[in-house]
Amino acid sequence: MKASIFEIIENSPLTKDVCMMRLCGDTSNITAPGQFVNIKIDGLYLRRPISVCDVNGDELTIIYKVVGSGTAAMKEMCTGCVLDLLTGLGNGYDLDASGEKPVLLGGGVGVPPMYLLTKKLISQGRDVSVILGFNTKDEIFFENEFKALGAHTFVTTVDGSYGIKGFATDALPDDYTYFYTCGPEPMLKAVYKATKTSGEFSFEQRMGCGFGACMGCSCKTVTGYKRICKDGPVLRKEEILW
Amino acid sequence: MNLKVKLCGKEIDNPVIPASGTFGYGYEFMQWYDINVLGTFSCKGTTKDERFGNPLPRIAEAPGGMLNAVGLQNPGVEKVISKELPHLKEVYNKKIMANVSGFSIDDYAYTCEKLDKEDIVGWLEVNISCPNVHGGGMSFGTDPSMAAEVTKAVKAVTKKPVIMKLSPNVTDIKAIASACEKAGADGISLINTLMGMRINLKTKRPLLANTTGGYSGPGIFPVALRMVYDVYSAVEIPVVGMGGVSTADDVLEMMMAGATAVEVGAANLIDPCACKNIIDELPAAMEKYGITDLSDIIGIAHKQG
Repeated sequence: MKASIFEIIENSPLTKDVCMMRLCGDTSNITAPGQFVNIKIDGLYLRRPISVCDVNGDELTIIYKVVGSGTAAMKEMCTGCVLDLLTGLGNGYDLDASGEKPVLLGGGVGVPPMYLLTKKLISQGRDVSVILGFNTKDEIFFENEFKALGAHTFVTTVDGSYGIKGFATDALPDDYTYFYTCGPEPMLKAVYKATKTSGEFSFEQRMGCGFGACMGCSCKTVTGYKRICKDGPVLRKEEILW
Repeated sequence: MNLKVKLCGKEIDNPVIPASGTFGYGYEFMQWYDINVLGTFSCKGTTKDERFGNPLPRIAEAPGGMLNAVGLQNPGVEKVISKELPHLKEVYNKKIMANVSGFSIDDYAYTCEKLDKEDIVGWLEVNISCPNVHGGGMSFGTDPSMAAEVTKAVKAVTKKPVIMKLSPNVTDIKAIASACEKAGADGISLINTLMGMRINLKTKRPLLANTTGGYSGPGIFPVALRMVYDVYSAVEIPVVGMGGVSTADDVLEMMMAGATAVEVGAANLIDPCACKNIIDELPAAMEKYGITDLSDIIGIAHKQG
């Protein structure tokens, strides 16, 4: 965990309300895919937690959906502006658990953390399948980026306007060794039911601090309470009380 | 330049104290800075039994601060003593302020008696002001006679200084403070959070699962300052001021209002190094305002002429 200043080098829309921001700064504390950064935004008190999409040297990529005042303010930020970030927050996904043929399911703004995860798994020689779930064609982003990494990439849309009609779980392959997922809670619950192997879920929650101090995001698990920000955001399937 | 102050008979290196609920049991902040630079710190509110706390969401943004409705999540006093304090002792060599909450007078006495036996505990801070629990907490801090009962019960089981932590959600905070003093309290700390709420415009329902929460952050600083000023004038025992303190200047202002020491709460959640930065900035702030000894300015704003 580290507090440091980053400079915005790109901030551009990917869809109507999803944007990609690239930042330059000290990324050395980001150690695992699935971790997040916590961003100080002028005029707002609480920092805003956003998952890490990619890290390349001193370059950090995040993708965020404009849902409230914090992300609306982020959308207006310009190249060259500086941001105060806490980096390296959260546990992240466990790469060693993947087996040979992991499947990754990302839904909406749950897609971004799957990118760095895919990159890392492929660099370890895994045969990676990625399912990107969206509501409709206009919301789709990063399909080509995942394909370029060499992942078997499937897109689902709820309304059938693109790719496979249905939910991300409808595209689950018959044969996989492990799963990783991130997305809205109804999707995570569907993944929990539909999957046959062990796997990992990344959770989103309103946070106070983002580094384990305030107990603002605690949830009950099989092994007692866990702070989503510090002991999560990634929990193993066996830990979850559903 | 002297930053040392004496809090209920015990000298501390500086008056800066992370407030309960924003600093856990301390040791996790070692990854941000050496917590031995602190005057002391107030640990996470501890109760007789383990508490999970309130359902999520527990946190909301607010103008000039935030709301929380954590609801005293803690592992219970036995586990605090067997697990948290030993862990803390590995990295921290000063005394802590043990923050205690309860749901009955017996609860308070039970927990305080257990913590009284711990060497690392320098002060007991008795929270009779938590707005986020039902059937306890703040209900003890809104009535002078109830506040006095808790104070007496705790004083009977400990030799350590007892600091009663008061709620701002009352009509006359001076009456509560005086009642605690008369019942034997060694100090008063204030303010706990102010009761507030937010409504989610999309769902048209309260944003916090607990409906209401405690408002903290810079927005409450002038309210807290006024109450510290009032309580200082009403009691002879030391006052620990808190509420929206975020800078070294805020610390000086609180002390001028009457605080012997100053707790820093919400700021720790936004900037994990907030307390260290305030301590580092204090000498320069003192120099700017011609202060050489912090003890000289305690309550100085009350002086005539």
